[in-house]
Amino acid sequence: MSEHTSKQFDADMEAIRTAVLNMGGLVEQQLLRAINTLKSGDDEAAHDVLADEGRINSMQVEIDRLCNQIISKRQPAAVDLRLVMTFVKTINDLERIGDEAKKIAAKAQQVREGGRITAGQLHELTWVSETARQMVQKALDALARLDLKAAAEVLREDEKVDAEFVSIVRQMVSYAMEDPRTISASIEIVLIAKAIERIGDHAKNICEYVVHVVKGKDVRHASLAEIQQEISKG
Amino acid sequence: MDESNASAPKIKIHNLSFYYGNYQALKPMAFEIPEKRVTAFIGPSGCGKSTLLRTFNRMYELYPNQRATGEILMDGENVLDPRQDLNMLRARVGMVFQKPTPFPMSIFDNIAFGIKLYESLSRRELEEQVEWALRKAALWDEVKDKLNQSGTSLSGGQQQRLCIARAIAVKPEVLLLDEPASALDPISTARIEELIHELKEDYTIAIVTHNMQQAARVSDYTAYMYLGELIEFGKTDEVFIKPKRKETEDYITGRFG
Repeated sequence: MSEHTSKQFDADMEAIRTAVLNMGGLVEQQLLRAINTLKSGDDEAAHDVLADEGRINSMQVEIDRLCNQIISKRQPAAVDLRLVMTFVKTINDLERIGDEAKKIAAKAQQVREGGRITAGQLHELTWVSETARQMVQKALDALARLDLKAAAEVLREDEKVDAEFVSIVRQMVSYAMEDPRTISASIEIVLIAKAIERIGDHAKNICEYVVHVVKGKDVRHASLAEIQQEISKG
Repeated sequence: MDESNASAPKIKIHNLSFYYGNYQALKPMAFEIPEKRVTAFIGPSGCGKSTLLRTFNRMYELYPNQRATGEILMDGENVLDPRQDLNMLRARVGMVFQKPTPFPMSIFDNIAFGIKLYESLSRRELEEQVEWALRKAALWDEVKDKLNQSGTSLSGGQQQRLCIARAIAVKPEVLLLDEPASALDPISTARIEELIHELKEDYTIAIVTHNMQQAARVSDYTAYMYLGELIEFGKTDEVFIKPKRKETEDYITGRFG
């Protein structure tokens, strides 16, 4: 995008963009810590997740303030407005991803402590959470570069994560039916899987905002095929 | 605005060009101004938006060496036709300028003057019509007790509403507003904008403004002009959210020049 006549407008927008990406970086790190807790029962990582939650929250509040300020001072229009609104929405998704990471870390500690999770289940959860983490990373890249190709990839990945969640639920239901003693562990594993699935959804949301910024079309409730068609339009 | 709200065209512009002597100020353009809607013309200084507005009532003919070619069809009748009665045309197409231009006469006579040119009314009918125009322009309550005072004694915002009252007193079909609020404070500006909103129930309004937010606020349709060309014409809601042309986007987002 070319520069504004007002250089200060450019500087203000850039400051918000940088702040959003920094917040995204911290959220990604939280997610990585949650995955480590899951993989290796890393208690220190679980502790750090809790400790950094407050930082994410204050970043959200600060970016919200900056966005309000730029709207009231500059009255952004067209692509600028779409971008500011995207920042406002993205930080909500990022904050929620942070919350889900916290849930994963806490639940992971619980199921690991009791030795109530099998190596196979752990492997599956780790794999799908790693997929979700990469989606978040790619969604932030898509936002940083307004890259529709990256956004489309994330949207496709989300279908995989959703399918994996359904499969985990099905598995846990059959375990619980076979041996009622596994019910409580199964529920916790399903809750972890649900948190991972929600992270995928938030990454997807961010990518839908990116499509809106670039194309000017709101694709939030469109099908993947419709979104891909919109993206491929010149 | 949805499609069911779409309005029939009041003015159809076809192949319109305009010249100041040999200089072509408007390149051939074609578009339609919908009836009982507000159409805003935006663009940088010198882009031709005021020139365009002045073709709709042939105001340019007051000056030598200025001419328009092509067609401006108002209800199917070509405004540019030399046989057009200019006085009647200007009664049908009223105009308000950037600086308030009250006549140096009483508030009452400022309004009555125009009416008397076109209609012969009894004193009582005349008074009724003056009151109607002042009410319509949201000025009545402020001036009803001082109708005999000079129009120039009013504040800037009141003077501008007086000029709008004067323009609508002869019941025009189209109202041309050339930067009607640029010399006014924010409260007076808000009053004028509110007035525009009310007037579009009865009139087709074309407004030139440098204030982009004002165009976004008051208009249903927006035309972006640059260097005498019509770059984009569309619904205001679309032009300010997702303009079709990059030039328009650059202008409304402040990336211009």
